[in-house]
Amino acid sequence: MVETNQDLHLEDLTKRFGDFAAVRDLSLTVPNGSFFALLGPSGCGKTTTLRMVAGLEDPTAGRIRMGDQDITALRPYKRPVNTVFQSYALFPHLTIFENVAFGLRRRGIKDYRQKTLDMIELVQLGPYAGRKPAQLSGGQQQRVALGRALINEPGVLLLDEPLGALDLKLRRQMQIELKRIQTEIEVTFVHVTHDQEEAMTMADTIAVMNHGVIEQMGAPGELYENPVTTFVANFLGQSNLIMTDIIDGAGAEVMVDCQGQKIGVSSERSHAKGRKAWLGIRPEKIFASHAHEAERTDSNVLTGGRISDVSFVGVSTQYLVAMPWDQELMVFEQNTGRRPLFENGDEVDLSWSSEHAFLLDADQDAHAGMMRPEDRE
Amino acid sequence: MTHVAPAPAPTGAAVDGETSRRRGWGWLLLVPGMLYLAIFFVFPTIQLFLTSLYDPSGNYVQGYTLTWHFANYVDAIRDTWNLFVRSFVYAGIATAVCLLLGYPLAYAIAFKAGRWKNFMLVLVIAPFFTSFLLRTLSWKTILADQGPVADFLRTIQILPEDGRLLATPLAVIAGLIYNFMPFMTLPLFASLDKVDYRLIEASSDLYSSPLTGFRKVTFPLSLPGVVAGTLLTFIPASGDYINAEILGTPKQYMVGNRIQAAFLTEHDYPLAASLSLTLMLIVVLMVVVYVRRVGTEELV
Amino acid sequence: MATDVTTTSMTERRVGPAKRPRRNAGRWISDHLVLMVGILVLAYMFVPIGYIFALSFNQPSGGETGHQSAGAQFEAFTWTNWSTICEPEGLCRSLRLSIQVSITATVIATILGTLMAFALVRHSFRGRGSSNLLIFLPMATPEVVMGSSLLAMFVSTGFDSVLGFVTIVIAHVLFCLSFVVVTVKARLTGMDSRLEQAAMDLYANEWQTFRLVTLPLAMPGIVAAALLSFSLSFDDFIVTNFTAGQSVTFPLYVYGAKLKDFPAQLYVVGTIMFLVSFVFVIAAEVWRRRRARAWA
Repeated sequence: MVETNQDLHLEDLTKRFGDFAAVRDLSLTVPNGSFFALLGPSGCGKTTTLRMVAGLEDPTAGRIRMGDQDITALRPYKRPVNTVFQSYALFPHLTIFENVAFGLRRRGIKDYRQKTLDMIELVQLGPYAGRKPAQLSGGQQQRVALGRALINEPGVLLLDEPLGALDLKLRRQMQIELKRIQTEIEVTFVHVTHDQEEAMTMADTIAVMNHGVIEQMGAPGELYENPVTTFVANFLGQSNLIMTDIIDGAGAEVMVDCQGQKIGVSSERSHAKGRKAWLGIRPEKIFASHAHEAERTDSNVLTGGRISDVSFVGVSTQYLVAMPWDQELMVFEQNTGRRPLFENGDEVDLSWSSEHAFLLDADQDAHAGMMRPEDRE
Repeated sequence: MTHVAPAPAPTGAAVDGETSRRRGWGWLLLVPGMLYLAIFFVFPTIQLFLTSLYDPSGNYVQGYTLTWHFANYVDAIRDTWNLFVRSFVYAGIATAVCLLLGYPLAYAIAFKAGRWKNFMLVLVIAPFFTSFLLRTLSWKTILADQGPVADFLRTIQILPEDGRLLATPLAVIAGLIYNFMPFMTLPLFASLDKVDYRLIEASSDLYSSPLTGFRKVTFPLSLPGVVAGTLLTFIPASGDYINAEILGTPKQYMVGNRIQAAFLTEHDYPLAASLSLTLMLIVVLMVVVYVRRVGTEELV
Repeated sequence: MATDVTTTSMTERRVGPAKRPRRNAGRWISDHLVLMVGILVLAYMFVPIGYIFALSFNQPSGGETGHQSAGAQFEAFTWTNWSTICEPEGLCRSLRLSIQVSITATVIATILGTLMAFALVRHSFRGRGSSNLLIFLPMATPEVVMGSSLLAMFVSTGFDSVLGFVTIVIAHVLFCLSFVVVTVKARLTGMDSRLEQAAMDLYANEWQTFRLVTLPLAMPGIVAAALLSFSLSFDDFIVTNFTAGQSVTFPLYVYGAKLKDFPAQLYVVGTIMFLVSFVFVIAAEVWRRRRARAWA
């Protein structure tokens, strides 16, 4: 019997379909009891990875361990792992009660009846126990799927985009709900999603996946504030990326020539190799001020900007600033009401605190990870 | 195809991302059925082939010798080629009329029936709940010389005074049409039912007349059903002989009648076998050509 | 009806005529024309049934025993045919044989065919294409050819002396097999395979998954295949004629009877067969609707 309450280890996991490598040499450790998110666009291999952990796919290479025990070769029904499927996969010919009780009965648990009823109450579906899945709403079905998995007290709970089919309001509710449940019962959750907001809200650790590999893994804040690839920089939130030349790479601060203006970035936030780099700065970190009015502090400054677009979004105002080198930078400012909005054509200087900028390798695609219009719902 | 992995994990050829069919033992399930088909279909067909090459000078009582007498085929076809032609003509006409009548019926059930859809489907198969022979025999009553239909047609001058309905090619074909209608209607329905009605509505928006919409959108979409229906109708119809026997005279007899007589009455096995195989070959050939032309892949 | 055209829903348009009066005279006609033709065709299909029903009450001039020649006209009304169903010699025996044959053939064909359907849909292996072809061929074979080849085989292997129940069943299984495979396959391909994955994820091994998830979900298809099998087998004449030897199934009895005395009781049996199956199918449909409503 595999022990639960262990860390989950994936080692050099690879999955090939013919010539196509869905997952390549993936290695990560999910600490026991944490909420772990596998984040990435569709087709990046996150679902395949999940299925390999569940035992529903055989890895082409690599190992999966729970603690010290190698579970790679174990059949799904031998693993202490349960899955909440994207389409819920509720058994249509069984009642809610029978669905939830399914796992317990297969394992021969004697007092499954009471446990099942308790779980159904826990997910607030008490009156529906005798109904069939087709009679429930999407949100209700989702809760059944969750209850059906959790009741088995798995070592790891896998969730494959479980909130994808829900409307926005319900999704937000369920995010909070799921996080609360996970914190309470301290079961390891591995949550697969393409929604970066969802991942950042819920997860303790996020692994950003792209084309079968992990681009970066860490706490949400760490990934957001200090991305190491353009993909991560664009996939989480939005970033301005400006091509620069590295002047001085030694020392605590890396100096770069940003289109004729000098900018310094702390070397811990520099992930560039070679002579050029993408200078990254998030729109909400930029402070725009009227030209020549910026106070020269030790923050980074770019002069010569001109407001080319103003979008009022309620909570914030989003500006597009045309810079002298034919690039438009995004600047988001919260509508605190403390100062007037800029107008189209205003000449501005952009400044930010040097601890907010980052440098990324110039070889990377500046558009990697950006949401295309068709990705938006 | 299998990638050798350093891991102890069992790996099978992953097909379409589904790993549940590893191990490749699934084909075992196929074995009993395939064995059955091999013994009782393939082998008899080979046997039939050999029988068709027996020396015709033998007979049922004394036995036959296999002399690879391909001339049997030549003789058979020379004597009965008109039967073949007649069979295929009858079956062809019947199939065409079935299509003409069955298509509106299938269309009506698929799109116009609403709540009554399943009920109407039952009605389509319901006549099959009585015996095939009884149905055909009752047509004999209906189309009889003293019967109401013949009387009516004589009154309105379509039929001459001494004309008959029975014992004519018309009766035989009418019988074929009647008996094979469900074989045409059901596949048509199955195919039409799958069509998204909104496509048809869109077509009526795009095209000026419903007829054009039908021709350009609906009919092509229902093509798999048309193919399946015509095959399931034409093939058995061409080999049928009951309709000819009950509703017609020896002048309307089809190949099936000849084969049956050769086997069961005359016990002329080489002749019967060669006729059988010829029929089968022609049918298979027609099917292959037809299906190729129309382009459907999945037959089963 | 003052229906706002722009909010007319899909389902409304499907059932009734469009509410816009202007350019839809053509569409109204074609809407209703199709339905009317369809109903006419259906009515046409039932004409012989009506005759069979009527003729079952026929008292022909051939005497009170109800014998007549096939194709006789309706003469007098009587109930005696119904009360003396088994009176004609061999009629009920042939019915019994037909039922025995059909049940046996159905069981065998359903089991073999279901196994094959599972293999084709759920498992991958080489030679799938040729398996498909082999399964299709019996459906493409005219019954005359199938019957004659079986007879030829029985004769040449020396079994022609024992033509009877066994050989009939063998023949029936043969042509039912393909239909079973097609029917069950259709049901299986529509099934979501993730349900079985979910079952295994929830600690069900392969056998349990099959028993608790796959089989129940496939059952409607299997039942449909069995019913189809039964009706094909029960009503079969041509192949049976070749392989029956001296045994007489119901269709063979009818065929033999048409040559000589034709008991009106045959029409009674035909009517009963119709009523029983009709009621059965309607009942199944009602039951299915009840269950579907419980689901929805």
